Amino acid sequence: MTRLDVKKTYKLYIGGAFPRSESGHTLQVNTHKDEHLANVAQASRKDARDAVVAARGAQRGWAGATSYNRGQVLYRIAEMLEGRREQFVEDIRACEGVSQRQASSQVDQAIDAWVWYAGWADKYAQLVGNANPVAGPYFNLSVPEPTGVVAAFAPAEAKNTSLLGLVRTVAPIVVSGNAVVVWTHPRQPIPAMTFAEVLHTSDVPAGVVNILTGLRESAAPWLASHADVGALDLMGATDVDWAALEAEASATLKRVLTPAKSVGEESLARIRAFTEMKTIWHTKALG
Amino acid sequence: MSFLDYSAAPESTGIVSLASEYGLFINGDFRPGRGQVFESIAPATEEVLTRFAEATPEDVDVAVAQARTAFDKVWSKMPGRERAKYLFRIARIVQERSRELAVAETMDNGKPIKETRDVDIPLVAAWFFYYAGWADKLEEATGSDTPTPWGVVGQVIPWNFPLMMLSWKIAPALAAGNTVVLKPAETTSLTAMLFAEICQQAGLPPGVVNIVTGAGATGRALVSHPGIDKVAFTGSTGVGREIAKGLAGRSTALTLELGGKGANIVFEDAAMDEAVEGIISGIFFNQGHVCCAGSRLLVQENVHDELVSRLTRRIQTLRLGDPLDKNTDIGAINSRAQLDTITALTQSGVDEGAGLWQSDCVLPERGFWFPPTVFTDVSTSHRIAQDEIFGPVLSVLTFRTPDEAVAKANNTPYGLSAGVWTEKASRMLAIVDQLKAGVVWSNTFNKFDPASPFGGYKESGYGREGGLPGLLSYLRPHSSSAGGK
Repeated sequence: MTRLDVKKTYKLYIGGAFPRSESGHTLQVNTHKDEHLANVAQASRKDARDAVVAARGAQRGWAGATSYNRGQVLYRIAEMLEGRREQFVEDIRACEGVSQRQASSQVDQAIDAWVWYAGWADKYAQLVGNANPVAGPYFNLSVPEPTGVVAAFAPAEAKNTSLLGLVRTVAPIVVSGNAVVVWTHPRQPIPAMTFAEVLHTSDVPAGVVNILTGLRESAAPWLASHADVGALDLMGATDVDWAALEAEASATLKRVLTPAKSVGEESLARIRAFTEMKTIWHTKALG
Repeated sequence: MSFLDYSAAPESTGIVSLASEYGLFINGDFRPGRGQVFESIAPATEEVLTRFAEATPEDVDVAVAQARTAFDKVWSKMPGRERAKYLFRIARIVQERSRELAVAETMDNGKPIKETRDVDIPLVAAWFFYYAGWADKLEEATGSDTPTPWGVVGQVIPWNFPLMMLSWKIAPALAAGNTVVLKPAETTSLTAMLFAEICQQAGLPPGVVNIVTGAGATGRALVSHPGIDKVAFTGSTGVGREIAKGLAGRSTALTLELGGKGANIVFEDAAMDEAVEGIISGIFFNQGHVCCAGSRLLVQENVHDELVSRLTRRIQTLRLGDPLDKNTDIGAINSRAQLDTITALTQSGVDEGAGLWQSDCVLPERGFWFPPTVFTDVSTSHRIAQDEIFGPVLSVLTFRTPDEAVAKANNTPYGLSAGVWTEKASRMLAIVDQLKAGVVWSNTFNKFDPASPFGGYKESGYGREGGLPGLLSYLRPHSSSAGGK
């Protein structure tokens, strides 16, 4: 008699814990061949609110960690991802129906993206910030700081984004000290939720990355209008009416990136997009 | 005469010769607008200075089309070194005509001549001189071989620093290779028209700078125009929201410099004489018509009484009156509408129980005036602690610990400016780290420089003006991803 395998219950990732949706709703996720793969949590508005609360609570501490420390945590994510690469290849193949080689390449790129961003943690400020030669007796310095809590929508393309798209969304947001509420690919959430387990074992402080699953229309406007969300990454939100979300975000003057206003997937510009420039003037005097 | 009385020392207005009416500046020439002609008055006297043409949506269409042609055929093809020289020329002509510009600005805006002469106009020249030098260094600025301007930029500016705001907008836009259509505020369009003459004197190619006058309807037509690639707006948070909403779904880039409710934090060890001067500069500079004004004074509880006593004694010596007088410290409120707003918010402070103190200076009979005002016993929930007053009204709150100072300073949806007064640099730096504000002045206030980025956190807007970030705001981001893969 063959052994019956044990299936995993997929839940959300909020504040460093794995709760079910408070709504009790789930979404059936199928393979590319339309066979049942899993029932994932269908996140609700209230789940989104809880995630924003968790992110807000974690953000100050994460931004206050040293850049060296944040860099090491991001590198640790790459290490843990590498150690579990076979599981990700399987998850990606099940969701996307791509070849072993393609899935493996996606995992490679995801790991390498974390390594690349890990190195930026203590360098981006040196390229983005400046000492400013003002015409007077003042010490004047501009330094970039994280915007705060960012709500993001991972890309929803059919192939090659279920893990990599999420990674390329989250890494440039958290590297500078933001906390993120990220919504996974709506139909291919399994690699992203396995990735939550990687985050959970990589010294990422609870609440810095919060992951929601399910169809994104219902709770998306709520994230777009939330006053505690400082920036909105809609570059991957092609499955929803992103222009309406951008309009919604104007009420609280969020910084918004959209498919029409995007920046390179792995770029310094993307790190900078989720930062604010602070300029300090200090009087110079001998006495 | 007591030692504080001086004879009148008005700057002559003979240096300014105004036309009785100004048209729109489009494609290098003035032309009549299709809308109504409106009067521009001197807020200190309520006398009519001149008339401006209201640009209709059709006028805006023409201006945008001319800016596009100038971009495609001339400005985008011109080597950076040549663009730079035009901007240097403009800087020099502004310096040459600086006294004339200062007098005109004071007549039109109502701010004291000592400010237009010593701050506004020198900064206009400095802004053009600074960005002129960037025009031929865009590759180095971006780290890209193909730095790319947006194209045609639509810009709308406020009435508090009319020509200075124009320079903050036009200088970096032109340096980056864009052409512009700019709308000045309807109460302060005069120096923009003089600037149009300066563009002619500099031989700037027609269509590179276009200036359309008018009120909100003209501004809306400009910022929503489909031919605009980037919008830059300075003004109220309410209008900023409206613009952001209108552009949702489009690829049009947007930078916003909006309102503020800056906290000026004074610790017990601060150099009190300097702090008093800084607090006064923070809230009474330009009659408090400053988005980054230090309108909330947060003072450590044990020095509150001493500081407020020194402050009110010093404010009592400020001279309010004819803005053209070289000894005037406080000029006129820019418009009756703004005076009404200030009056209503001040009344709310009284109604909510804060303690009102006002300088007993004499207000002129004609024109729009408001005396320097200080509210004590203000609590964080009072409207005068939350709403931007945009006038010479200071709200004083107290704190006991550095943590409380930070919490109170950040207790606002705005995040434009802040000030910290302490002799202890380690504490200053730790406080600055925690403040959610785009500009923090330490042991000084309200300093501006073209090399220094300016702009807000949170609902004070996004994007920066000044410095390298101010240049990058006018270039497409793919061309400014230094270090990208």
